[in-house]
Amino acid sequence: MIQTENLSKYFKDLQAVDDVSLHVRAGEVLALLGPNGAGKTTTVRLLTTVLRPSSGTARVAGYDVIENPARVRASVGVLTEDHGLYGRMQMEEYLDFFGQLYDMGSSERLERIGYLLEKFGLLEARNRRIGKFSKGMRQKLSLARSLLHSPPVLLLDEPTSAMDPASARLVRNAIKTLRSEDRAIIVCTHNLAEAEELADKIAIIRSGRIIASGTAAELKEQLLGPGEYQVQLADPFDMQELPLLTGLEVTAHGSTWFNFQAGSARDTNPRILQSLISAGFQVVKLEEVQRSLESVYLQAVNHTPLEEEIHVG
Amino acid sequence: MWADFRKAWVITHREIRDQFRDWRIIVPIMILTVFFPALMNFTAQQAVDFVAKYGAPVIADRLIPFLLMVVGFFPISVSLVIALESFVGEKERRSIEPLLSSPLTDVQLYLGKLMAVIFPPLLASFLGILVYLIGVYRQVGWVPDTTLLIQVVALAMVQSLVMVSGAVVVSSQTTSVRAANLLASFIIIPMALLLVGESMIMFWARYQVLWWAIFGQAIIAWLLVRTGIAHFNREEMLGRELDTLNLSWAWRVFKKAFLGKKAPPLTWWRLNVWGILAELKWAVLLVLIVSVGAVLVGTTQAEIFTIPAGVLDWENLEEGLVTGVEEVGPIHFFSVEGLGLIFYHNLRAVALDSLLGIFSFGVMGLIALILPFGIIGYFTAVAVQNGLSPWAFLAGFILPHGVVEIPAILVTGALIVRIGLTLVTPQKNITIGEAWIRTLAEWARLVVFLVVPLLLLAAFLEVYVTPRVALAIFSG
Repeated sequence: MIQTENLSKYFKDLQAVDDVSLHVRAGEVLALLGPNGAGKTTTVRLLTTVLRPSSGTARVAGYDVIENPARVRASVGVLTEDHGLYGRMQMEEYLDFFGQLYDMGSSERLERIGYLLEKFGLLEARNRRIGKFSKGMRQKLSLARSLLHSPPVLLLDEPTSAMDPASARLVRNAIKTLRSEDRAIIVCTHNLAEAEELADKIAIIRSGRIIASGTAAELKEQLLGPGEYQVQLADPFDMQELPLLTGLEVTAHGSTWFNFQAGSARDTNPRILQSLISAGFQVVKLEEVQRSLESVYLQAVNHTPLEEEIHVG
Repeated sequence: MWADFRKAWVITHREIRDQFRDWRIIVPIMILTVFFPALMNFTAQQAVDFVAKYGAPVIADRLIPFLLMVVGFFPISVSLVIALESFVGEKERRSIEPLLSSPLTDVQLYLGKLMAVIFPPLLASFLGILVYLIGVYRQVGWVPDTTLLIQVVALAMVQSLVMVSGAVVVSSQTTSVRAANLLASFIIIPMALLLVGESMIMFWARYQVLWWAIFGQAIIAWLLVRTGIAHFNREEMLGRELDTLNLSWAWRVFKKAFLGKKAPPLTWWRLNVWGILAELKWAVLLVLIVSVGAVLVGTTQAEIFTIPAGVLDWENLEEGLVTGVEEVGPIHFFSVEGLGLIFYHNLRAVALDSLLGIFSFGVMGLIALILPFGIIGYFTAVAVQNGLSPWAFLAGFILPHGVVEIPAILVTGALIVRIGLTLVTPQKNITIGEAWIRTLAEWARLVVFLVVPLLLLAAFLEVYVTPRVALAIFSG
């Protein structure tokens, strides 16, 4: 549904997007992560045909961005980084204006606007001027605008920025409901928890290049090493007494617990449990140590050389 | 077509509604529509009463039509401010991006905004004219001539279009309303001068001349609209984040374009100078047609501006063709000094004409460049009036150096046309600025490696060969 091959964009001397290849199938959500100025917004603008690629190709909803830019734009719903709303307009009037631009009939517009305003809890404010809205309300209205024509491709640039936790939750839940078999979504965000919650795949972009991509689990494995597990025992123990398996690496320990890394949890964990119990240790629990996407992100952004790209999955 | 226009109208409709919600736009328009025409009525009445006391009704006769034009112009001056706000203001507030992401085409968006910016001030202008006409009819019973009324209405329309289309060009080169307002001086100052000129025509009561003002502005408006469409594209709108002048980048682009394709010297010249001439063929043809036109216009002028008998001395060319030419500035034939002088004059003409062309889409540069052809036509006709063969005149005075100089002029003219066309042609993959720098580099390359050597050779021929040929033909 979204496919780019070696997509690049130069602005005079600046290479904003460098050889980006992305594949997002229908039904998938891709989170595009990266520091400010990494090229996320430029990538979105290339996919909406607002900018022309300097080289490479991109197809969105089956249309080439250079050959069929109008069709691409008609197939895409975009939530831009800046809201770009008209303060003097009323909310319903604003959505109706965009509905006309997307060739929607008057009854279809009316129905769709009512549905979206209700979905985002904006129904009561339908006749208020946009200039009087809070940041969160503006963001919700922008999202409603991007969904107005039920596009098969959604490009959401910072969908929950500047929102209070309740509104952000509402928008995140809304994005989850937007997943469907015939829709592809790209979410650009700085909120890593949000990315992990919403996305099937993650791509990390730095200096215009995709430096890592894959599912969250794959990236953790690739960038942070094998999974880490913690064993909690009932009583304090001496490390020397532990019947550890050969080659097992203990990464940390306390008086009643220790952590270890296991390449294959399926093989290693039952054997560890068995040896501990056989040696008379009382095991309270064995659980995976949660590794945040933030660690993955920081590892990728700060420690991965540009020429060393990581693509898994 | 209708569907295209319908979407443009959706933009127009929204923007006009938005304008009518902004008191900063409505109040000045209301004042200029109602209060200002009433003030002009009062002024007209006072003027009529005053001049009637001293028996000078002609002043009142001229003042009333003049005030009609002023009343029509003032409301449309607001269109410049609205245009800057609509185009660059929306860019600055980032509200343009959702529009650019919609299925609208660049032309629909441009047209929609253009109509939104022009219609309200123009409507205010027409209302103002109506209010003024009613007032002046009730006060002094003056009714305008239909032609004059059409001219004033047409003037308001073309002036509005010139200002707005100029504002779009300015807007496309800036990212903030503040910067656009500063650049708008390039619109305000010429418009103010134009208004002064039109006022003089009105007081002079040569109303036929107004048609030329309307025609000229219509041409300028067309060029500006064409340029606006070329600049008003998504890439230009959002590809530029800051109004910075990157001189080092500009120099690198210029240098790369100037040097062209790398090759050994002779091959380089064949590829990058001679090879480019084929690309210029249509522009050269255009310059050639315009030059022939200039020659023909020049010949017609000989009937109007005759040279008194005895000034031209065809029989004693050793003494000089035109009596007193040394007072104008001596050209020493058969001398290096004369060669230098002619070469310098021609080079200066190329530089000035190109400079004029840069600031006028090539038009003024081209007109200045073909002036000598008009002079050739004029003197050829004068020669004929003196009983000489036009072919002998051309063979004696023009052709010996013209065979080299005329191609140099044609190439220069074609390059000037190309510079102008670059600004009004939509570009793909590169910005309009980059395209313009490349065209300028190409101009420099061809001027340095083709036009300048040709002019040098032409100056040599003009100083050492042409006089001999002329003497041979005319002095026996």
